[in-house]
Amino acid sequence: MSDNLLHVKAVETYYGNIRALAGVDVEVKKGEIVCMIGANGAGKSTLMMTICGSPQARTGSVTFEGQDITRMPTHEIARLRIAQSPEGRRIFPRMTVFENLQMGASLDNLKYFNEDVEKIFTLFPRLKERQSQRGGTLSGGEQQMLSIGRALMARPKLLLLDEPSLGLAPLIVKGIFAAIKKLNETEGLTVFLVEQNAFAALKLSHRGYVMVNGKVTMSGTGKELLANPEVRAAYLEGGHH
Amino acid sequence: MANISNTTESASSNLMARALREAFYAGLVALGLFVLFVGLKTDQNILNELILVQRWGLLAIFVAIAAVGRFLSVAFIRPYLEERKAAKAAAPAQEAGFVARNFSMIAVIVLLLYPPVMVYFFGFQGSLKWVDNFGIQILIYVMLAWGLNIVVGLAGLLDLGYVAFYAVGAYSYALLSSYFGLSFWLLLPMAGIFAALWGIVLGFPVLRLKGDYLAIVTLAFGEIIRLVLINWTAVTKGTFGISGIAKASVFGIWSFDVSAANNFAKSFGLPMSSAYYKIFLFYLILALCLITALVTIRLRRMPIGRAWEALREDEIACRSLGINTVTTKLTAFATGAMFGGFAGSFFAVRQGFVSPESFVFLESAIILAIVVLGGMGSLIGIAVAATVMIGGTEMLREMEFLKHIFGPDFTPELYRMLIFGLAMIVVMVWKPRGFVGSREPTAFLRERKSVSGSFTKEGHG
Repeated sequence: MSDNLLHVKAVETYYGNIRALAGVDVEVKKGEIVCMIGANGAGKSTLMMTICGSPQARTGSVTFEGQDITRMPTHEIARLRIAQSPEGRRIFPRMTVFENLQMGASLDNLKYFNEDVEKIFTLFPRLKERQSQRGGTLSGGEQQMLSIGRALMARPKLLLLDEPSLGLAPLIVKGIFAAIKKLNETEGLTVFLVEQNAFAALKLSHRGYVMVNGKVTMSGTGKELLANPEVRAAYLEGGHH
Repeated sequence: MANISNTTESASSNLMARALREAFYAGLVALGLFVLFVGLKTDQNILNELILVQRWGLLAIFVAIAAVGRFLSVAFIRPYLEERKAAKAAAPAQEAGFVARNFSMIAVIVLLLYPPVMVYFFGFQGSLKWVDNFGIQILIYVMLAWGLNIVVGLAGLLDLGYVAFYAVGAYSYALLSSYFGLSFWLLLPMAGIFAALWGIVLGFPVLRLKGDYLAIVTLAFGEIIRLVLINWTAVTKGTFGISGIAKASVFGIWSFDVSAANNFAKSFGLPMSSAYYKIFLFYLILALCLITALVTIRLRRMPIGRAWEALREDEIACRSLGINTVTTKLTAFATGAMFGGFAGSFFAVRQGFVSPESFVFLESAIILAIVVLGGMGSLIGIAVAATVMIGGTEMLREMEFLKHIFGPDFTPELYRMLIFGLAMIVVMVWKPRGFVGSREPTAFLRERKSVSGSFTKEGHG
């Protein structure tokens, strides 16, 4: 258990009186890619936001590196090097690509700044081409790259990705997922992502969870889940992949 | 060749003919429209009888305006606009001219030379109007708008009660100098600190608010400060205001009090005049403005300034990047308020009199309008907007000739707000993002061999 980087234990999260998460348990070990798949409104993004402390879990606990972060404010959680590429990307539209990346590094007093920017420009060469363009003028795929790049600038121990494939062409999704895989393999980056694109996400991940109505209904390795007939019926067949 | 010049000639004569024809029709329509409204007027004479007054002269002016306006529009303005459009399309990427590139440098030099030039042309007494009513007045608004720009333009927090901090600054100076006799140079920083504290006091309750809700609370805050000033008569003397506020001195070395031994004019053996003080004040507010600008420019490149701008763009993303939005908002309020406080204490020292009437909501609205018109976040745009708006409305006082047209009862100042509003609408239609709508990036990759010229160009400046 001690090699758990992130441990979400029996977490319940409410929006007012509405229960969005009904006792969720998730474990992410160091060096893993773990995905959470599920339909719209299952509570995937809520789980992501609960890990980041906004909204905070009503019951249960979130532990990161053995430290209880359930009641911590969001910006302090981020300072533990949990970086997030949030739902809807949320890049800074009027700032340039370069400035967006700089914002990501604000925690680091810019010590590794040049090195890290180079790394991200190698990972996503498109961002290098667009570095002095305003964030809002980028295409959806480029914005997603920027959002991930900005999160990586913080040198995260855990990278949270909320639907990185949303609204993107399959080819671009492929590129982004390849980049995530490369980061995991070369640098041992731990990634937790939530996805609707079950096929691509499960193929990428070491392990996966399935969420239905605020509860985890299934879990297993990526391969197991891909082969599981229930998962296939609910999330894979009839899809485009 | 002869052929070409021939066609252009005939085209231009065609244009003139069309312009004249359209001008004639416009005049005709105006005559038809206005003959009963303007040309004839019913009035009561001394015997209470209704008589018909004929105003053919005024009618002629109306018709002439319509006709001449139409003629100019068809013959000159429209061809000019079309030509410019075509020229713009032909040469899209034009290198900025010398003036455009060094605009701020030139502006500072012009402002430094402004008082001596005015004195040279109008004499000491004649220059008062230009230095005081135009120069100082505009610069006060430039400073206020630059201060508000930190809150609204950079941090994106819509503040409708900015005048409260202006009032705090003004009353800090007025009260502390008249009760304790402290000097301007001591009270200037103190006024800034007091205003900054009030900025934090306002900031705390509104931390969770955004947009419209924030605007309403800040509006209320501005009114609360004003009402306190009116009703706390024991200290502030209420609506009577505080008069006889001490003048500022040149760092305590020379005074501008007539009776003082170290009077500025006496020390230099100059003839007595109030113009020295005004010119001194002009340079003082100019210095304060430049400090505001330099601090803003510096802050934008520092982590806190970047955090402000990021906060304006997306608060949730800010938090997920580890930015403490609470302190970021509070520092924005405090910094903006501090400059409002500086401007306020300057205002008190310049007027020698403060009363709650100077700090009504309209002032907040005007300052905000200047920030929006200038282009949120752009210092140069805001300075231009302040000059146009405040200078323009001051200009109205000078337009004596309008009385010859509209009669001796016409007071152009009364149309100040009307023209202010019209100008705002025109600017917003013409340039929806304000005079300078583009944002200067604060960071860019150091020039390396791999970065092409088209990228580095944007970064400079």
